[in-house]
Amino acid sequence: MDQKKLMDNLIIHGKEYSSRLLVGTGKYKSFTQTREAIDASGSQIITIAVRRTNIGQNADEPNLLDQLPPSDFTLLPNTAGCFTADDSIRTLRLARELLDGHNLAKLEVLGDPDTLYPNVVETIKAAKILVKEGFHLMVYTSDDPIVAKQLEDIGCVAIMPLASLIGSGMGILNPWNLEIIINNANVPVIVDAGVGTASDATIAMELGCDGVLMNTAIAASENPILMASAMKKAVEAGRNAFLAGRMKKRTTYNASSSSPINNTISKNKFA
Amino acid sequence: MIQLIINGQTQHFESTLNVAQLLERMTLNNKRIAIEYNGQIVPRSKFKEQILADGDQLEIVAAVGGG
Repeated sequence: MDQKKLMDNLIIHGKEYSSRLLVGTGKYKSFTQTREAIDASGSQIITIAVRRTNIGQNADEPNLLDQLPPSDFTLLPNTAGCFTADDSIRTLRLARELLDGHNLAKLEVLGDPDTLYPNVVETIKAAKILVKEGFHLMVYTSDDPIVAKQLEDIGCVAIMPLASLIGSGMGILNPWNLEIIINNANVPVIVDAGVGTASDATIAMELGCDGVLMNTAIAASENPILMASAMKKAVEAGRNAFLAGRMKKRTTYNASSSSPINNTISKNKFA
Repeated sequence: MIQLIINGQTQHFESTLNVAQLLERMTLNNKRIAIEYNGQIVPRSKFKEQILADGDQLEIVAAVGGG
């Protein structure tokens, strides 16, 4: 086993990360809480959104990037709130300018405001243009294996299928599709959206996902800092379980003793 | 008098100005922002060169929390 495998780092477009947990920065009570939760999560890649700035009225408003400087993290600007390829393209061009030419970004083009389900047709359209413009896209998509493969073929650097709807906390609804996506992919597969609690993150990693991206599961918990540290352990536990290779699951409901069955002091009739 | 549409809002200015002057008026100079001018990105290095004319549309954005 070479050194890289021993280290077991997540590699995205050639850059290595020791953490396989990616987190969002939305929905926290303050930037201080955001920073504390992210530190507790151990995440190295964090998502941010791009929005119209306050013009004039609130010029001294604190800036997220002061609390989360690009020197401390790999920032992943997203296109949340974009419902067309065109809007997502404009948003990421602005993000690249905002972050001094940083090309790594999260593309998400949403279908409707109720489900926030990805519009894969617009996503594919945007991805084709943005990849040509030099963006390295980590792309939010449905758990459709064919679409996932198409996005990889376009040149996206990571495929990020949903586990369930954004902010729903409903966990992994279709592990079978995720498994197909993982088995077919030659780029990292990161479950994005739907994780509700630590066990959901572990299940995703046990399936063989390369990482998990979450926001609400941490930010909307009662104690975000504690939940962030739970998620860190959950992702590590799931990854190690995946690497270890689980025992074979029985398909009939029989036990198999862990202790020797012979030489007990018992006079039971089965010995 | 010129009229600019900034982040979807109409704003009036006495005379033409460049992007750097506009940001100064809005106390947004030295802030971490990015600007789109009539659909095109204006690099920071071009803020002084880019003159704004009547009817121009600008988007001024910053980073905020998001997932």
